[in-house]
Amino acid sequence: MDAAPIASASTAGGSLLWLAIILPVVGILASLLSGGRHAERIALLLMPTGFGIAISIAIFLWRSGQPLVYVIGGFNPPLGIALRADGFSAVMLVTTALIVAAAGFYARANFATPPGITEARAPLAFWILLQAIWASLNLVFLGGDLFNLYVAIELLTFAAVPLVCLDGRAETISAALGYLLFALCGSVFYLLGVALLYGAYGTLDIVLLSDRVSSEPVVWVAAGLMTAGLLAKTALFPLHLWLPPAHANAPAACSAVLSALVVKGSFFLIVRLWFGVLPNVPHEAVSFILAALGSAAILFGSVLALQQKRLKLLIAYSTVAQIGYLFLMFPLVQGPNLWVAEAWSGGIMQTLSHAFAKAAMFLAAGLIAESLGHDRIRDLRGIGAVMPMTLFAFGLGGLSLMGLPPSGGFLAKWLLLKASIEAGRPIWGAVMLSGGLLAAGYLYRVLAPALSSDVLHLKAPPRRSREAVALALALTAIALGFAPKAFFDFLQIGRVAVAGGSS
Amino acid sequence: MTAATLAGFIGSALVGLGLYGLITDPQPIRKILGFNLIGSGVFLLFGIVARKGAAAGFAADPVPQAMVITGIVVAFSASALAIALVLRLYEVAGRVSLRSEHTSNKAEK
Repeated sequence: MDAAPIASASTAGGSLLWLAIILPVVGILASLLSGGRHAERIALLLMPTGFGIAISIAIFLWRSGQPLVYVIGGFNPPLGIALRADGFSAVMLVTTALIVAAAGFYARANFATPPGITEARAPLAFWILLQAIWASLNLVFLGGDLFNLYVAIELLTFAAVPLVCLDGRAETISAALGYLLFALCGSVFYLLGVALLYGAYGTLDIVLLSDRVSSEPVVWVAAGLMTAGLLAKTALFPLHLWLPPAHANAPAACSAVLSALVVKGSFFLIVRLWFGVLPNVPHEAVSFILAALGSAAILFGSVLALQQKRLKLLIAYSTVAQIGYLFLMFPLVQGPNLWVAEAWSGGIMQTLSHAFAKAAMFLAAGLIAESLGHDRIRDLRGIGAVMPMTLFAFGLGGLSLMGLPPSGGFLAKWLLLKASIEAGRPIWGAVMLSGGLLAAGYLYRVLAPALSSDVLHLKAPPRRSREAVALALALTAIALGFAPKAFFDFLQIGRVAVAGGSS
Repeated sequence: MTAATLAGFIGSALVGLGLYGLITDPQPIRKILGFNLIGSGVFLLFGIVARKGAAAGFAADPVPQAMVITGIVVAFSASALAIALVLRLYEVAGRVSLRSEHTSNKAEK
């Protein structure tokens, strides 16, 4: 962290930051104008380009070892708005580009405009909203101004909610409405916190603010409001009630994006808030509460996942549990200790590996539901023999969720476990291990009948290419388990040293 | 009591009333109204923040005002989206309730 944050001029490669945000927005406008089947082509065309931009940002960051900055319009903060990319932003940008592309490719079969008509509502909405989710997530990962981030997180909600109810069934509209009300309540509290911070310090720029804040009541209230609001959007226990119906009833490609990426957007902001804006404000008590809620989420979500009768609901409850792991990094990233870097890497690793594993599992579950016409776990006996590739993708994703080596999930949990023991707080490690056992339990419930020798007849066999998409995502989650040390150094770029640490 | 303090109290009261309605009332339309009440309270607070800038010597701090305008646009779109969902739910299901028979999901804690 450079000592003079006022001099936040644009760095080399800074232009890539606005390009990453503008590109999907251009796609949305072009899709709206040209309409019909062009929307699909535009979205699919932009995906490799967007991935290229995300990779270029990562390369620039890797070469310079310093966060990338772009000052919009040349107006410096506090009046202007800066975009910043650190290691965490860069890996999230790449992950988002990959998963959005995978979901888009997978969804071509579900959301193609039928031949003979020029435009159908659901496909047009899907392709535009997918790009909107991508644009707003990129803004969430790059935004350097708390109000700007409020707009980003609202755009994310507006793009995510309609994806839940694209099929227009009463059940899904009701789930979407529940989701929207939770999200709105969350964002209004975030906004209230933003107002208090601006009133107290006259800036909302993250770097400037981190320099000015001190531990005083207005900061505690503002941070509490913002955190509570973001928790409602992240669906941390006990604010998770909206998640299972919304994620389980959405079309599979949408569920994958919602579970893998959208909840991570608000989690990313909680991390930004506590480790970017308030690194100098002691937060042992808050960290303890967050980790305690996370532990409750792991146990509660896993136990509920064990009881579900439908495959997609089981995966959705597993998301509730896996979100809990993310919050175990908070009490471990404290002070200038040796294990801080490990815990930080572990938390990010959990974000990434869960994103890939969960996207793979939802896509696989979608294929199973389409091929069978239902997703009742009881009636999945013998699915392994007729859809081996799909079940393999599901199983590999599950491996990462359980935390079995070699997988990204294992590495994430290993790092967090190691940090918790080094920090002398083995209680969080114990929660992690029991969560892994419970995950093994609910995955066994699916895999054991699926691998039985019963004969099952499919309504229609799945397309090979779509199975390959799910498998590729699952393999990425596994491949993360082989991440070299250089990758973890990359994640540390731009991490603000906590509470008097010398970094 | 200064005007700013009074406005602050009114803002807090609006937030409190809105939150109470949002949590306790099972009707989606009333929940949306509750959300709008909270929003109004927050916007009022932004107004006070702008006035505080004025006390520091400026005519008035324009930044919070710009934020309020953006906030109002966002809150308006949010309400419109929510109302559209409620209307559609009524058309499809003939009733408007957040309770779904499959998951016994309640929108409130």
